[in-house]
Amino acid sequence: MTTLNEPNSITQPENLSALANLPRDEGGPVFAEPWQAQAFALAVRLSAQGHFTWKEWAAALAGELKGAADRGEPDDGSRYYHHWLAALERLVTEKRLSDPSAMLERKEAWAVAYRRTPHGKPIELSASSTD
Amino acid sequence: MTTTRRDFLTAAVTAAGAAVTPDLAHAHEHDHAHDHDHQVVPSDPALRVKALESLLVEKGLVDRAALDAIVDAYEYKIGPRNGARVVARAWVDPAYKQRLLTNGAAAIAELGYSGPEGEQMMVVQNTPKVHNLVVCTLCSCYPWPVLGLPPVWYKSAPYRSRAVIDPRGLLREFGLHLPDDVELRVWDSTADLRYLVLPERPAGSEGLNEEELAAWVSRDSMIGTAKVVKPAEGVPA
Repeated sequence: MTTLNEPNSITQPENLSALANLPRDEGGPVFAEPWQAQAFALAVRLSAQGHFTWKEWAAALAGELKGAADRGEPDDGSRYYHHWLAALERLVTEKRLSDPSAMLERKEAWAVAYRRTPHGKPIELSASSTD
Repeated sequence: MTTTRRDFLTAAVTAAGAAVTPDLAHAHEHDHAHDHDHQVVPSDPALRVKALESLLVEKGLVDRAALDAIVDAYEYKIGPRNGARVVARAWVDPAYKQRLLTNGAAAIAELGYSGPEGEQMMVVQNTPKVHNLVVCTLCSCYPWPVLGLPPVWYKSAPYRSRAVIDPRGLLREFGLHLPDDVELRVWDSTADLRYLVLPERPAGSEGLNEEELAAWVSRDSMIGTAKVVKPAEGVPA
């Protein structure tokens, strides 16, 4: 077949020169990291549950991609799920399913939980952080 | 037994500092995680997803089992093989082909494939004189139920822009040289309407049954960046 880039290789700084070219893959993993799969599933599920329409979702995602392009960020597909996540956070806020301060607070609570949990123990939020 | 994505992540996090799955190793913030007595803090986007998910699950807006099922389906079950079966059926069954070209989503649902990004499907047929190419210039709309999730290049800006500005040049980069007398039609997907290319049945495929034909149909041939060719000897389809 043709010359191929592994999906992950494009995210490495030494491969930034490849950005001008069309990234190629040959059916590699669809998700580079677990969080991408989870962000994907959240959008699909929230839409399926009727919290927003798929059209609203597509518009939010297109808005994030356009914003990145307007800022001159290289758009080679490798940051696709970063934009996906940003679109999800924005739509969740717009639809009042959650709000930015709650998301930030919860994110920090998770980081704290990781830092204070010894190896081999499951990560859990303290009771106060989940209230 | 399938390990769910969540189990996998938990196991990998728990194992941080010991034998880490190579796939996740590069995501670590620093190289010497084993020098610390706490667990490795995930990357910023990973924490944001975790935050979002835990908030929404607590409110009862989504449930974890449904999320895991979606991840599992798209990662392991739904892929271009669904589309290949649709194409092979159309090649052997003229009545099915007619239904497929008339009402894509309904004909595709006959084979059991449906879901998000597949509600409205238009199937466009390649002929000796017409070649079809699919793109989504705005984002990455893609017919998930038949092709799975899009490849990296489909989501990239170069593909999205060049498919419109210089589609013949783009196809040459994919190794597809279209003669000048072949009309090239570029279809721009939207949130409402997705496209699937019905490629030409290639020479040399006479006498094959539907299942054998499906093995010849590549993902790229259904996006329009390739034609269907006889698989090379010894190369698994």
